[in-house]
Amino acid sequence: MEKNKSLVARLNSVNEYEQEAIPANKLKGWRSFLGTYAGEHTAGTEFVIGPLFVAHGASAIDLVTGLILGNILAVLSWAFLTAKIAVKTRVTLYYLLEKIAGKRFTLIYNLVNAGLFCFLAGSMIAVAATAVGIPFDMAMPQLTDVYPNNLGWVLTVFAVGTITTIIAMFGFDQVSKFAMVAAPWMIMVFIAAALAVLPRLGVTDAGSFWSVAESTIWTGVPLEGQSKFGFWHILFFAWFCNMAMHIGMADLSLLRYAKKWQYGFSSATGVFLGHFIAWIASGILYSLFLIESEGSLTFAPGPIAYSAVGVAGAICVVVAGWTTANPTLYRAGLAIQSINPRWKTWKVTLFVGLFTTIAACFPALVMMLLEFVALYGLILMPVGAVIFIDVYLLEKMGLTSNYAQVSGKRLNSAVAVTWLVTLAFCLLLNLMVGVEIFFLGLPGWFVAVLVYVIASKITQRK
Amino acid sequence: MKKLLIKLLSFIGLGLNIVPAMLVFSAEMTPDTCKQLMLAGTILWFVTAPSWMNKGQEDASRE
Repeated sequence: MEKNKSLVARLNSVNEYEQEAIPANKLKGWRSFLGTYAGEHTAGTEFVIGPLFVAHGASAIDLVTGLILGNILAVLSWAFLTAKIAVKTRVTLYYLLEKIAGKRFTLIYNLVNAGLFCFLAGSMIAVAATAVGIPFDMAMPQLTDVYPNNLGWVLTVFAVGTITTIIAMFGFDQVSKFAMVAAPWMIMVFIAAALAVLPRLGVTDAGSFWSVAESTIWTGVPLEGQSKFGFWHILFFAWFCNMAMHIGMADLSLLRYAKKWQYGFSSATGVFLGHFIAWIASGILYSLFLIESEGSLTFAPGPIAYSAVGVAGAICVVVAGWTTANPTLYRAGLAIQSINPRWKTWKVTLFVGLFTTIAACFPALVMMLLEFVALYGLILMPVGAVIFIDVYLLEKMGLTSNYAQVSGKRLNSAVAVTWLVTLAFCLLLNLMVGVEIFFLGLPGWFVAVLVYVIASKITQRK
Repeated sequence: MKKLLIKLLSFIGLGLNIVPAMLVFSAEMTPDTCKQLMLAGTILWFVTAPSWMNKGQEDASRE
C-alpha cells in the first residue's frame, strides 16, 4: 500500500490529496499556473502541428484568425468549465468520476486513456527519432508514409523508445523537473529558428512579413494527397486539441489547486506560446524546407530544425519529443496498472514502452497527428459533459448527483450509455453526413448532455 | 550573490538563443555564427538553470 502511495506521488505532485479535497494552505497562486501551462503546452507536438497546417494548405489569414479565436475559446473553456468545477469540488477527475460513474467505469476510462497516451507518446518518440537520426544520415519518413520504410528508421525509433522507456521506469521526477527547465529555452528556440530563417524566405523587415506569409508560407494550397484546411478547421482544432484537458475535465487535477476559478485564464500562456507562436514558427520552418527541397514530401522535424538553427535546433526536437513522451508513457503505465495494483510498475511500464515503441515505428502516427489529437479529445469529451451536468444540473432537476457513490454501484449505466451513444452519434455524423473529425466535438457535447440527463432520469427512477 | 550570478548566467544563456537570431534577421550576423552562439547559449542554460529553477517549486511544496 505504502509502495503504491509513493508510486502515485512520483507520477505527479498534483496527485496528492487524490481522495480528498485540497486543504486551503496547499492552494497555489496564479504564477504557478502561468508557468505550468506555458511549460506543458510547448512540446514535441508543436513541431508537427504547425507544419501540418502548411501541408493542409491553410492560408495566412485563416491561420492567424483561426488560431486567435480558437485559442480564446480554449482559454474560456478552461476557465468557465474546468476551473469553476475544479474550485467547487477540489478533487481529481478520477476521484470525481469514481463518485459519479463508479469504479468499473473509471477503470474502463483509464484503459482507454492509457491506449491514447501510448499513441501520443509513440508519435513523440518518432519526432525525437528524426533528430537523433541526423548524424547517421538516416532516410527520413515521408508525409504519405504509413508503414516504416527502412531499417535505419526502425532501429533509431527503437533506440529512442528504449531510452525513453527505461527513464520512464526509473526517473519520472527528474524528467518532470528537466521539462520545467527546458520549457523557456524551447520557446526561445522556436522563436529564434523562425526569425533566423525569415530572410531565406524573403522577409527582410517586419513590414514585409505579411505579404511573404500570404504568398510563400501559408499559400492556401494543400500538398499532394492532403485535405484542404480552412478557417473553421483551424479554429476548431485550436479549441479542441486540448479538449480532453478542458471540456473533458482532465485538468481538474491541476486546477483544483487554484485559489480562484479565474486562474483558469492562465492557460492563455500555454495556448498563445505553444499553440500560436510555436505553431506559426514551426510552420515557417517547414515552409522554407518545402521551398528549398522543391516540394519534397519528406516530413522530419529534426533535420528541419537543424537546418534552421543547427545543433540547438536538433537538441530542441529531441528534448521536446522526449519530455512529452516520457511522462505520457509513465501515465499510460499507471493507468494500465490500475487493473491490478499488484503488478510491478516497472513491468507495466516496460510493456507499455514496448507497445508504444512498436507503434512509433509507423510514421502514420506522426503524419496523422492532427486527426489523432482531435480523436483523443473527442473520445474523452463525453465524460466532461457528464461531470458538468452532474455538478451543476442534476440536483436542480431533483436527481441525485454522485450517483455511483450514493447508490453503491460499481457502474453507473447512465454514464456508460452517454459515452457509447455520444461516440456512436459522432461516428455516424462522420460516416453518414461526412462531418470531419475536427468538428464533431461541439455537437457531440450537446448530445452527451442530453443523453446523460435522460439516462439519469431513467436509471435513477428504477 | 552566487544565486544571482547563476541566474544572470542562465538569462545570458537564454539571450544567446534569441538575440543572434534577431541579428540574423536584421542581416547583422551570419547564420553559422548564430548556430554556434545558440549552442553555447543552450549549454549555458542547461548547466545553470536546473540549480535554481525547480527550487521555488520544491520550497512551495514544503510549505
